[in-house]
Amino acid sequence: MDTAVFRAWIGSAAAVIEANRDHLTQLDAAIGDADHGINLARGFAAVTAALDGADGADGTAGSRPATPGAVLTLTGSTLISTVGGASGPLYGVAFRRAGKALGAAATVDLPLLGEALEAALAGVQQLGAAREGDKTMVDALAPATRAFGKAIGDGAATADALSALAEAAAAGAAATISMQARKGRASYLGPRSVGHEDPGAASTALILTALRDVVAR
Amino acid sequence: MKKLINAPDTVVTDALAGVAAAHPSLVVDVENKVILRAGGPRPGKVGLVSGGGSGHEPLHGGFVGYGMLDAACPGEVFTSPVPDQVLLATRAVSAGAGVLQVVKNYTGDVLNFQMAAELAGDEGIEVASVIVNDDVAVEDSLYTAGRRGVGATVLVEKIAGALAEEDADLTAVAAVAREVNDRSRSFGVALTSCTTPAAGKPTFELGGSEIELGIGIHGEPGRHRGPMRSARELAAVALDAIAADIPLDGELLVMVNGMGGTPLLELYVMYNEVASCIRARGGRIARNLVGNYITSLEMQGFSVTVCGLTDTLTRLWDAPVDTPALRWGR
Repeated sequence: MDTAVFRAWIGSAAAVIEANRDHLTQLDAAIGDADHGINLARGFAAVTAALDGADGADGTAGSRPATPGAVLTLTGSTLISTVGGASGPLYGVAFRRAGKALGAAATVDLPLLGEALEAALAGVQQLGAAREGDKTMVDALAPATRAFGKAIGDGAATADALSALAEAAAAGAAATISMQARKGRASYLGPRSVGHEDPGAASTALILTALRDVVAR
Repeated sequence: MKKLINAPDTVVTDALAGVAAAHPSLVVDVENKVILRAGGPRPGKVGLVSGGGSGHEPLHGGFVGYGMLDAACPGEVFTSPVPDQVLLATRAVSAGAGVLQVVKNYTGDVLNFQMAAELAGDEGIEVASVIVNDDVAVEDSLYTAGRRGVGATVLVEKIAGALAEEDADLTAVAAVAREVNDRSRSFGVALTSCTTPAAGKPTFELGGSEIELGIGIHGEPGRHRGPMRSARELAAVALDAIAADIPLDGELLVMVNGMGGTPLLELYVMYNEVASCIRARGGRIARNLVGNYITSLEMQGFSVTVCGLTDTLTRLWDAPVDTPALRWGR
């Protein structure tokens, strides 16, 4: 997977987030403050512009990133600068850590992508202090990362490993419906948070599914 | 949706342009969304920076000025500001004595301010943070993100701002900010939901005679829902919740705050009930504030904040303040 694949992934993720903007916002209205889709769509629109070489939000001159790692790092930095809320720093750190893990590699194989996913998960958990079962994006990212690692260990082909990643993320997001939130704004609702899908887990599943779909194309 | 806006996307920047036009005592960077005092920081004074989602006006921008904040960073509606904004504000108010961040305890606010504090620290600016978490409606436990920061934020900004104006050092200003937070508790009630401009419809639905008890300030639902009842009964509910946590005796500062869509007439009815309730429990309201200070767009409802005073806190509360939304003694 080369730089073009990673650019295509982030471009596709941006389109999927925009298409699901209202859906994610509705999920957030049920247990949060009704802005998740709006904020992520704004952030990913800025990411798309940044990847095309637009100048940064802070006035720094833009340039098109040349490696997969640089694509993800720029994605993360732009999300931190434009999303706000909890999801800005959390997604920002996830993409930045993943980008750092990829280093200067011109192409990314499955084990290296696995390392990037592990780094992203570690970054999110360190910053947000969430564990699995807390009804957060970790409930999609953690099982997805595990399933991907297992698929690689079993010798799966790229498409199959990415399918395992996407399916585990979607299943993880769906599993948040029955959870009671212990982190973030939804936790204020206590038992009333049960019965609703976590918007952060839902958007994580959308973003990881976009990777599978781009590579399968 | 009926709102006095041009477009949902531009509501925050359009309002900031209005703030700039209305208040020559402020410098507003509309593009980067930072509100500063005109004239810049006074050398040797601790800088006070706060911020949070828009939609809570006058918090925080209305409290920028002499005796209170040096800078405010408004995010999108109900969305915390981004680290870039907070870093810009921190740089702008840094005058050699360090900068205190006043942060309401919401995951997004905490994370974004924390990132900005790290970046400012890398630039050699000493930054301290106080996390405001006064909302008794949320149980502070392993099972929640902790209590929300609500009404006490106004008190923290006023009192810490007064001490900073006396050229106290960063440690002392941070300590008094934490003391005010520790001595304050709040409880809020919503009669209606509110509509963010971008969403275009109410964040939650309430029946015609239903109310939400234990709300925060972002239109998020409260701890439970119940039937509408009298101001007297609602005052008792709020003060019962507060009294379960701090004693309601001694000298108190009490704020009865409107959520944005409550007539002042009703806020005074509430204040009267709150005051008699506190008298009955042996407390004395030494200072009070009645009005819209930390709001939730057009939500109808109120919050009560009680702070146990000391002589020092009373003196700092009485100290001169000159901001768009709070002004006395100068």
